[in-house]
Amino acid sequence: MISEDDVRYVARLARLRLEPEESSRMTGELAKILAHIDKMSELDLDGVPPTAHVLDVVNVTREDKERPSLPREEALRNAPAVSDDCFRVPRMG
Amino acid sequence: MTSLDPLRLTARQAKKLLVDGEISSAELTKVYLDQIETVEGKVRAYILVTADNAARYSTKVDREMQAMRGPLAGLPIAVKDNMVTEGVTTTCASKILANYQPVYTATAVRQVWEDHVVVLGKTNLDEFAMGSSTENSAFQVTANPWDLSTVPGGSSGGSAAAVAAGEALWALGSDTGGSIRQPASLCGIVGMKPTYGAVSRYGLIAFASSLDQIGPLTRSVYDCALLLQHLVGRDPRDSTSVELPEPIALPSAERLDGLRVGVPTEYLGVGIEPGVRARFDEALARIEDLGGSIVEISLPHTEYALPAYYIIAPAEASANLARFDGVRYGYRCADPEDLTDLYERTRGEGFGPEVKRRVMIGTYALSAGYYDAYYGRAQRVRTMVRRDFDRAFAEVDLIASPTSPTVAFKAGARTADPLAMYVCDICTIPANLAGLPAISIPCGLSDGLPVGFQLIGPAFSENRMLEAAHALEGAVGFDTAPSFKTSGPRPEAAGWTPGEITYRPEDAQS
Repeated sequence: MISEDDVRYVARLARLRLEPEESSRMTGELAKILAHIDKMSELDLDGVPPTAHVLDVVNVTREDKERPSLPREEALRNAPAVSDDCFRVPRMG
Repeated sequence: MTSLDPLRLTARQAKKLLVDGEISSAELTKVYLDQIETVEGKVRAYILVTADNAARYSTKVDREMQAMRGPLAGLPIAVKDNMVTEGVTTTCASKILANYQPVYTATAVRQVWEDHVVVLGKTNLDEFAMGSSTENSAFQVTANPWDLSTVPGGSSGGSAAAVAAGEALWALGSDTGGSIRQPASLCGIVGMKPTYGAVSRYGLIAFASSLDQIGPLTRSVYDCALLLQHLVGRDPRDSTSVELPEPIALPSAERLDGLRVGVPTEYLGVGIEPGVRARFDEALARIEDLGGSIVEISLPHTEYALPAYYIIAPAEASANLARFDGVRYGYRCADPEDLTDLYERTRGEGFGPEVKRRVMIGTYALSAGYYDAYYGRAQRVRTMVRRDFDRAFAEVDLIASPTSPTVAFKAGARTADPLAMYVCDICTIPANLAGLPAISIPCGLSDGLPVGFQLIGPAFSENRMLEAAHALEGAVGFDTAPSFKTSGPRPEAAGWTPGEITYRPEDAQS
């Protein structure tokens, strides 16, 4: 059973700030959803290979050839803050 | 100019009128812009209508028709707002991307642009395509044109409602667990999810990369094939895209002689409304009238598909949505103390409740100690679901089911209970897990609301599926014009106003 502490821990892993009432509500909702998901444990899946991907394609490569990249001003155009042609962020905590 | 009914006109008919010189692209485009003017206040299908651009571009197509005689030239289209469009704001119906100006265009959209299709605007969706009612949009709640107090389905609810309401000739959507087929079903139109890999996902803002697929929402099966022809193909920018074994053909079948259609007992279990069941059974009888046979089959792992999906999709989403961090684009929280505070508050303030739930489920399922029990297990269940289909397709050509267990439900009816919303997708999710093509076509009304009929086929069986759906559509004879009635209160969006959503016409289609 997922606890509110678990929820707060997972929210930190996901870099997601939850308000106290959100984590409390989320705990109940996730518990209910995970209880439904636990239905999978009824199945005996020993020896069943996992499917990560349905297509039978592996190691798709392209020719190693130079191509023009996105111009710097285009790449920076949507940035909330820019300085010296770089994305600007606050200091690390 | 002939008088045109945007609620019934198909792309096939519109194309003929254009080619015969009966109508110009500018006139055709105006039919939809006028209809948007008339009904959009009630339907709210669009996040952004690029009216000026559509008017200008259609005039250009007319002027240069000789040079622009592409097979789709001059036909107007609506695009779901999770496909990036250079110069046209792309929001994914999220506060975190409000006013995001893409610097490139999704391949699927690029391909129809290059055919000189006229883009009418960007349609509403559940935030990041997560939802089954379009109520999770950060901006607005879209109404179903068949009853304005009900939802259009989701997550491509804006595209489905726009087509149903005659606000678009046809539209592009995306389908991760039913997001094209379920809204098509609820809005009385045709919607198709192609085989995984058939259409490039480049520029489709990723939700669950191993499940997402772009596809058409149209007023007829023929239109669906016509649009799909121009979407498919291998794209060097999407390494999971493939060339189809045969080109998409335009369907013409009127008979279904020899076709074996399997009906999985597990799909007709609890939760199918009697009215939906009645229309579904009548459609099966039509298949038999046309020479096909109905075979009862079993897909024994169906009940495990939903739990597996609700691990796999959120797990992939939690990884895909890590990029929305307030650094390179989109929303950034005010006055962050440090970098961690910037990440956490930007995401906490920028994402809506359903997106947060899925990021949390996904992160939890992938976290140390839980990976094998959840993600590893879900991937093995996915193999079992695929094997079920493989066995079934040894016996039958196509599989049939209702698309949605219910007709359109009242806005607000399921928002309080996420799990109640998730079970809407029980009939559509297995095809995504197995990467199979599937189509929904309208098969009648229940209590005045459309019922969708789903066909699922083996990988790359698009042509067989389109032929069968076309023949069945002819036998059903569904009238696509909705009533715009209201049987209850219109919901108000608990929405957030993004300010002015704009586009730069100089960069948009020109």
